[in-house]
Amino acid sequence: MAEEIVELNDGTDDLIVVGIQRRGVQLADRIVRTIFEREKTKVPRGALDITLYRDDLQTVGPRPVVGPTDLPWNLDGKRVVIVDDVLYTGRTVRAALDELADFGRPSRVSLAVLVDRGGRELPIHADIVGKKLSIEAGDRVDVLVEELDGRDAVVVVRGAHT
Amino acid sequence: MTSALGKDLLDLESLSPDQIRLVLDTSVPFKEISERAIKKVPALRGQTIVNLFFEASTRTRISFEFAEKRLSADTVSIASSGSSVQKGETLVDTARNLEAMRIDMVVIRHGASGAARFLADRIESNVINAGDGTHEHPTQGLLDMLTLRDHFGSLEGLRVCIVGDVLHSRVARSNIWGLRKMGAEVAVCGPKSLLPRAIDEFGVTVFPRVEEAIEWAQALNVLRLQLERMTAGYIPSLREYNRVFGVTRERLDRAKREVLILHPGPMNRGVEIDSDVADGPHSVILNQVTNGVAVRMAVLYLLAGGKPELAEAAKGASGGDR
Repeated sequence: MAEEIVELNDGTDDLIVVGIQRRGVQLADRIVRTIFEREKTKVPRGALDITLYRDDLQTVGPRPVVGPTDLPWNLDGKRVVIVDDVLYTGRTVRAALDELADFGRPSRVSLAVLVDRGGRELPIHADIVGKKLSIEAGDRVDVLVEELDGRDAVVVVRGAHT
Repeated sequence: MTSALGKDLLDLESLSPDQIRLVLDTSVPFKEISERAIKKVPALRGQTIVNLFFEASTRTRISFEFAEKRLSADTVSIASSGSSVQKGETLVDTARNLEAMRIDMVVIRHGASGAARFLADRIESNVINAGDGTHEHPTQGLLDMLTLRDHFGSLEGLRVCIVGDVLHSRVARSNIWGLRKMGAEVAVCGPKSLLPRAIDEFGVTVFPRVEEAIEWAQALNVLRLQLERMTAGYIPSLREYNRVFGVTRERLDRAKREVLILHPGPMNRGVEIDSDVADGPHSVILNQVTNGVAVRMAVLYLLAGGKPELAEAAKGASGGDR
């Protein structure tokens, strides 16, 4: 995926990799590390918490947790790659695009996801996909990362509601 | 329709340590929003909030207005002068008329203790107490705790002394309730005439001399001498108050360790606090003001969100990307 990102953006100039809280941030870290190993350039890594940009604040449960957003750069003219673990309805990405717009006007925004599980509710698609899966609406896809979960895995939970 | 904080935020006395921790934790990411070039997120888009200020206020009113605007809420602020309150309309009638125009929240500052609860019991909208008489000022207590936690890392076991006019201070009451719930040790210090008679029931240590308080404390929350609430005879003179209870450079220099200085504002420089202390390296008075906006954003956000019955209905949408 790191290779594809560099290829898609014609190199690492002006590239910024932005992970969506929470698992997307760890994946973004790994992409930045891989790019460094191959290209010997350090690409900046940002973090985006989209909680405050959701279209469903009234429905998120009594304890909405807001995570940190970390984008200390002006994004004007940058090539931004949004990284998330699972792409499903597309609503998270919609919120992330809205939030990014408040930090400047990137020359290009692309989307990289580890798992595309289908089931989009908005006209959004990923530029770079680690793995495409066809998952039933009632099932849940969990991406586990070692940094937070102790192991790396993609788990499909059958018949689970969040 | 209750959030993690319930319908209203009226006092810290009735909050659990868990709820206080939730507000403080939620405030942290909100600080970053005020550092952005575009200081606005859409979280409260379409919500209408009325700030009802029946008492003079600059800091608190502006802080609430910024917090509301940075969350994209629509707001109006009403002062008692120039409103129909002057024509004799009651508090409840004012609020009910506002509700008839479909509002979602009321932030109220009032000179009477208990005014916020009185209102909350009678209207549907969420009510936030922005200071009621000498009762409580919960968001001030929360921002003081956030500032202390930023500096010391934890409130557990922290020694905080509140100095000055405790009798008239809603800030003191919110601080005492909040800090004690979070495991801090709280003391008060001031002339006997400016301490509540039942101070022992608050579970705080009382220092009659400010030198002892400075020796004991890791942080001092210096209160404003509320000259407007004093009818007569509480203190002999402002000069004498400064001589005996003033937080001065000289007194702080004599202490073994550095003492963090907080003040809720507005300050009477040269009375309860000297200028070189207020502007000194251990003063976090302006950090308190910065934190105030973040804490109020967190409170507004938590009260507006999380309606469990709607959360149930939304459960159909699942997956990592909702």
